[in-house]
Amino acid sequence: MKLTVNGIVREVGGSALRPVLSVLREDLDITGPKAGCQQGSCGTCTVLVDGEPRRSCLLPLAAADGAEITTVEGLGDARRLHALQASFHHYYGTQCGFCTPGMVIAAYALLQRNPSPSRKEIQHALGGHICRCTGYVKILDAVEAVARGEAFEEADRTHHPDPEEPEVAIKGAPA
Amino acid sequence: MEVLLPTTPAEAAELFGDGDRVTVVGGGTIVVPELTHGRLKPSRVLMLGNSGLDGLSRANGVITIGATCSVAALEEGDEPLAAAARHVADPEIRGQATAGGNLCSTAGAEVPRGDLQAPLIALGARVRSTGAGGERTEPVEDFLADGAGRLVLDIAYDDVPRTSAYASVSRPHAHHYTILAATATKADGTTRVAVTGAGPHGLRCPSVEAALADGKAAAEAASAVLGDVSPADDALASAWYRARVLPTVVARALADLEGSR
Repeated sequence: MKLTVNGIVREVGGSALRPVLSVLREDLDITGPKAGCQQGSCGTCTVLVDGEPRRSCLLPLAAADGAEITTVEGLGDARRLHALQASFHHYYGTQCGFCTPGMVIAAYALLQRNPSPSRKEIQHALGGHICRCTGYVKILDAVEAVARGEAFEEADRTHHPDPEEPEVAIKGAPA
Repeated sequence: MEVLLPTTPAEAAELFGDGDRVTVVGGGTIVVPELTHGRLKPSRVLMLGNSGLDGLSRANGVITIGATCSVAALEEGDEPLAAAARHVADPEIRGQATAGGNLCSTAGAEVPRGDLQAPLIALGARVRSTGAGGERTEPVEDFLADGAGRLVLDIAYDDVPRTSAYASVSRPHAHHYTILAATATKADGTTRVAVTGAGPHGLRCPSVEAALADGKAAAEAASAVLGDVSPADDALASAWYRARVLPTVVARALADLEGSR
């Protein structure tokens, strides 16, 4: 079976019923999506499947054969954060970080189909994602900031001030 | 273990056969965690994802919902089904979960499931299924009472002018968990009433319908609902609580139905 993960075509095998989450984490070493509840309730394993946010823990491999998968690694890397990743950093939308991969992917999917959502619409889109640290307010602030077009380039550069600093390799991120 | 991947409805029906020892996976939202956590060890698995059963159509006065039509696809459709669809879990789950899976889901050990069952009963929907004895079509309430072990092909209801109402008690949580819901439709002078969360699956409420037909007021008719249900305890609410609250939820739906006329 074949998955295109963050733009790279990967041949994958094993049981057709294995959840895509296990394939990503165990076979492909792409560990952005977390194995939380593994029953669809917590949201941290959320990835884009052909552009739609889906729980990778609920998705059998055979159901995703041939699909294009985007994980949080595919949105941006440590040097060039996606605006959402930079905003989560800037607004303290991440504390322990366990829920962040799913939150960012769900927020990305929302902004793709609705570039200027209301706070209520953001709440609705993130409704299936549990965070036990932030109390959600800072996460909503972070997504709202991106929705109103706030720029985060400066924040990114100060975080990685040395242009000669070697690239931080993030497995699963497209080259 | 054998995994079957039909590519047409006919092939799905043929591979399902009489359903003996076949585990069906629609969207996977219910079955996959059972597999992951080792609670289910199937010998034959029929995966419907590519079976072409995902249609949703309105033609010749009938709305037909394919077994693997997503719950999300119903959110903007006819009421009261759309209201119930919007109450299922969260956007990602609704995108993946299927109408057929929702119809076949029994009450979970922790929470009620099958939010679409009651509105489908209220709409007078019919289920076309295959399995032992071949294909058959029957009302949703009959299928729920005696449809275990069958493969849903599609669900259909008549496209007639009707008013509808949906009232529910949800629990604040990351997921929308419906503790109780009552739904009613009125078409051509006849009211149909069904409830979620007060039995092993969605239940039609003939006592309430009869009371309404007798000209009883909404509140009085609603109190008859306890004769139609068998609430149980789960992680969200006790049977006692459900029995106390259900008549009020039904009364609200009936009041809305009157108001929407």
